[in-house]
Amino acid sequence: MDKATAPELTAFRLNGRIVEITPLPGERLSLALRERLGARDVKIGCNAGDCGACTVIVNGAPVCACLMPAQQAAGAQVETLAGLVASDPHAQALVTSFQAHQAAQCGICTPGMMVSAVALLRDQPRPDAAQVQDALGGVLCRCTGYRKIIDAVVEAGAGRAPAGDASAEASGDVGTALHRLDGLPKVTGTEAFGDDVAPAGALVLRVIRAPHAHAGFTFGDLEGYRRAHPGLHAVLTAADIPGLNAFGVIPGFIDQPVFAVDHVRFRGEAVAAIVGDASTMAQLDLEAFPVTWQPRPAVMDMGDALATDAPQLHQNRAGNIMCGGHVSCGDADSALTRAAHTVTGQFTTAFVEHGYIEPEAGFAEMEGDRVVIHACTQAPVMDQEALMPILALPRERIRIVPTAVGGGFGSKIDISLQPFLALAAMKTGRAVRMTYDRVETMQSTTKRHPAQITMQIGADSTGRICGMTFEGDFNTGAYASWGPTVANRVPVHASGPYRVADYRATSRAIHTHCVPAGAFRGFGVPQSAIAQESLFDDLADALGMDALEFRVLNALEDGVPTVCGQVFATGVGIKPCLEALRPAWERAKADCAAFNAANSTHRRGVGLAAGWYGCGNTSMPNPSTIRAGLRADGAVVLHQGAMDIGQGSNTVIPQIFARALGGPVRDIALIGPDTDLTPDAGKTSASRQTFVTGNAARLAGEALRAAILSQVNASAEAVITLSQGAVTVSDGAQHFTLDPARLPPNAAGYVLEAVETYDPPTKPLDANGQGEPYAQYGYAAHLVVVEVDTALGRVRPLQFVAAHDVGRAINPLLVEGQVHGGIAQGMGMALMEEYIPHRTENLHDYLIPTIGDVPPIDTLIIEVPDAHGPYGAKGLGEHVLIPTAPAILNAIKHATGVRITQIPATPARVRAALKEAGDA
Amino acid sequence: MGYLVAASLPEALTALGQGECAVIAGGTDWFPAQGTRPLRGNLVDITRIPGLRGITRDTATVAGAGTGAGAGWRIGGTTTWTDIIRADLPPAFDGLKAAACEVGSIQIQNAGTIAGNLCNASPAADGVPPLLALGALVELTSQHGSRRMPLDVFLKGPRQTARMPGEVLTAILIPDQPQGAQGAFLKLGARHYLVISIAMVATVVTVDQGLITQAAVAVGSCSATAQRLPALEADLVGQSCDAVLGGGAAMITQAHLAPLSPITDMRASAGYRTEAVATLTARALKAAIMGRGAAHG
Repeated sequence: MDKATAPELTAFRLNGRIVEITPLPGERLSLALRERLGARDVKIGCNAGDCGACTVIVNGAPVCACLMPAQQAAGAQVETLAGLVASDPHAQALVTSFQAHQAAQCGICTPGMMVSAVALLRDQPRPDAAQVQDALGGVLCRCTGYRKIIDAVVEAGAGRAPAGDASAEASGDVGTALHRLDGLPKVTGTEAFGDDVAPAGALVLRVIRAPHAHAGFTFGDLEGYRRAHPGLHAVLTAADIPGLNAFGVIPGFIDQPVFAVDHVRFRGEAVAAIVGDASTMAQLDLEAFPVTWQPRPAVMDMGDALATDAPQLHQNRAGNIMCGGHVSCGDADSALTRAAHTVTGQFTTAFVEHGYIEPEAGFAEMEGDRVVIHACTQAPVMDQEALMPILALPRERIRIVPTAVGGGFGSKIDISLQPFLALAAMKTGRAVRMTYDRVETMQSTTKRHPAQITMQIGADSTGRICGMTFEGDFNTGAYASWGPTVANRVPVHASGPYRVADYRATSRAIHTHCVPAGAFRGFGVPQSAIAQESLFDDLADALGMDALEFRVLNALEDGVPTVCGQVFATGVGIKPCLEALRPAWERAKADCAAFNAANSTHRRGVGLAAGWYGCGNTSMPNPSTIRAGLRADGAVVLHQGAMDIGQGSNTVIPQIFARALGGPVRDIALIGPDTDLTPDAGKTSASRQTFVTGNAARLAGEALRAAILSQVNASAEAVITLSQGAVTVSDGAQHFTLDPARLPPNAAGYVLEAVETYDPPTKPLDANGQGEPYAQYGYAAHLVVVEVDTALGRVRPLQFVAAHDVGRAINPLLVEGQVHGGIAQGMGMALMEEYIPHRTENLHDYLIPTIGDVPPIDTLIIEVPDAHGPYGAKGLGEHVLIPTAPAILNAIKHATGVRITQIPATPARVRAALKEAGDA
Repeated sequence: MGYLVAASLPEALTALGQGECAVIAGGTDWFPAQGTRPLRGNLVDITRIPGLRGITRDTATVAGAGTGAGAGWRIGGTTTWTDIIRADLPPAFDGLKAAACEVGSIQIQNAGTIAGNLCNASPAADGVPPLLALGALVELTSQHGSRRMPLDVFLKGPRQTARMPGEVLTAILIPDQPQGAQGAFLKLGARHYLVISIAMVATVVTVDQGLITQAAVAVGSCSATAQRLPALEADLVGQSCDAVLGGGAAMITQAHLAPLSPITDMRASAGYRTEAVATLTARALKAAIMGRGAAHG
């Protein structure tokens, strides 16, 4: 095969332009498009055809570019999103409709979705929802819950005027459904994610990871290995770390080595890194790396880890118990004794993978004596602070420049590849890039904690809760990560948003030789809500009460203490959420009864569940700071450091700031997160950005407004207008013009500047968990109708109605986006998602919902203003998936009479439970 | 190390005859299996070989295979799932078409080939049960000539086939089905789209005046390779449609399922699979009898 011995020229048309490349044999078209042709609008999520992010159109047919040899494109017409947007009318209609529906959240799947949609619209110009689902079924999205995408494609095909609010676009005021301010790059393919920003010629880094859950190891001749591979610039191990070889997120729990030293505690743990030229790295077989493993017995579940003779993961954590949490009030045991009815249950949940479509990615380089890290992250300042001890560098010598983030959901709060990249840049002096492959991200980054929960709840004869006890063990894996936070948050929240006078909840975080469990949308509360909300239905059944009315009766209210003894004078919104479901609840019960009267194998049921969630850190400071200024040229600049991981802070924070300043949001220039340019807005977690950073933005807007008004001695009611370098202030009949150029600029170039910080008021918890853990809670109640195929155990949700008290919807469309996405994740957790270390390390063995799984969702926005939130707003992100899973389990019970106590409720588990209950 | 885009079958076969060569077509299984490892050896791309893609009527090949008389269909090895979905084929092929719609996603169906699906030999290959139910043969071609064998002989186990180094699976041959034969296929997975099945069943049923005159049932994901259920097929022949429709899953006995040996894995338990197969089989028979080809399990 002489003609094949050397890489050959491959020529094709890329977006209409003839291109020529010389790919390696078997090189993926996706790689060739991105790295050889600069088509970084083609996204890579899995390299296995499981996610569809890399979808391109080849000769008219959508294909996964990651599964096509580049050579196969020879002579073909290859179209990517960027080219389609430039010339295809369908793509242009989709740009408008995706923006109008906020069908892009993080944006990483958007190119795959839109390219697939263009192929559909060419073939079927007016598709219905089912045709859209069939056409887009090959593209996974983890943020949106898909329904907005379906709506956007149907609308683009229908050629209707896009849904949108012209006045919202003009003002962007608080309460308007302003399009995402960062939306256009996401829907045109120009958004730059972690893998999109490395400079040409950057070295490539890959990590050597443990193939065993527990093993000792020794290296062979590392220097010999490096010399044997020309093009390798460095091999890094623990010996190359100038500072502390440890990271973590909670003081006192900084326990995870950057590189393991002589033994590993989970499969996927890093032991070394290799840095080399891109061409060398592409040909390197990591299997040949000189390391020898000595496998040791591993404990993979909590039962084994708690056994008296179990191997101990950490010396100072006896019995593999890392920590615990406790909240109690009243006397739970005696209340349960006197209760008229009690119910008890044991519940088991699984590891859940975050499943963001963008794997961890980025690059690092030196700028003088500073190391600069460009990577996807949820927490730039925490990244900086984590790297300081590792690199033994002061803060000012580390700069974090976050890229756009293709989903995070909690896992990208922790550092992942940042220390590897920084060490490699410092060692080589070169720019060094890395992107985790799908297996690597699934093996090594944090997961949702599996839980084993025992709970007992009592009620008196009138249906009022009378005693509640909760014991939960949480598998925290090999290292701490956010395990202590889960242990603390769960007992605070496990009562649900109800009046519970007699309560005792304890939690423990247990180490195993599994991947570390950490932060994942809800920090353990979705697990505890499954137990509590399932038992609430069982208790209502025992009482002969309607499940909704039982919850309404027991709902927390203003002036009623929480289980932590905290009393909110205003803002407790759970009862309005529950009551908002009443019409749908009554209708669904009747519909299910009618369906079931006519069917036997397929049964329908309706279920509901409620939830609450405290916004911000638990009894700990978590300030955000916002800076804004007026430049001499008349521009108002907002330095916005809150990471937008798809949830919308790039839009919400400017909306709040603009309201406070008193002007249209589009007049404000934005500077996004960068530790050199934006003050610390804290991490994007704990549903805190709208509340905490939003308040800082409100204060900064008010301060800058006051500074402008004081320059012209205008009253507080005056109207500020920005135009063409001048600031006009209209105060009743009086008009003032402020010429900023006449004011002296400060060192930052601002003639007027405001820097404001907000930290939610909380109080510490005492030994019984009594105190004020959060300044605000948000509230939610979900209803779901499911159909159960009783012969196969398959459960299909047919409709969701979700009521959320958000205090004040800063942007109602962003609220809907969070609700849809959270429900899809809650649905996945309830029905299909189970990460099993060593076995489900990819997106075809680990299943997340597809566009065919998520039914229509009706979002009911409830606005019970919060005393502290900006304009009354409350956090939302995590609240959504708390009620979803228990609502589904309750619907299954309503349909079949069977209580599922282990999730995911896979067909096999549901069928087994049906059989146990006597279903033939 | 090289990449050969074969312009003809002889060119591909010559290259493969020299060893250290892998065949690549749609790439939908090849790339996931390769992962991030660098390529060792050569790749021979067979997607541009004229005549290897497409579906044609064929009289000689099936008759010559010795297992069926008369005319049949020839599906070229590099025929994609999309090609099959769009082809004008008799109702007996409805199960195959339904299975084609269940292969991964549209992206996968546009690239993935029928020969690749068979050569990859996954126990959960979506294409295998309907092809078994149609009595498909495979044609293997090397420099030394062609040979044919029934699909169930070709599939030797998980990731194991009778294909020798140097051979290309050039065609799938399907004998003509009885007049009025209707195919159906059901796939059970934990989600819609992009899902590896827990179990799947393909049926081809011929009905004459309310009686079943011919039945083929094949089950995937419940044994090392997908299996026909000959005892069930024999019991079905002569039964009335009403009896089968009324009997449901209860008419499927353990003896009928004897060829299966389901395992417990992360998708489901062995016991569940056995039970689900009975349900799916009854439903797939119903779908075929009622003249419907496709549905999710």
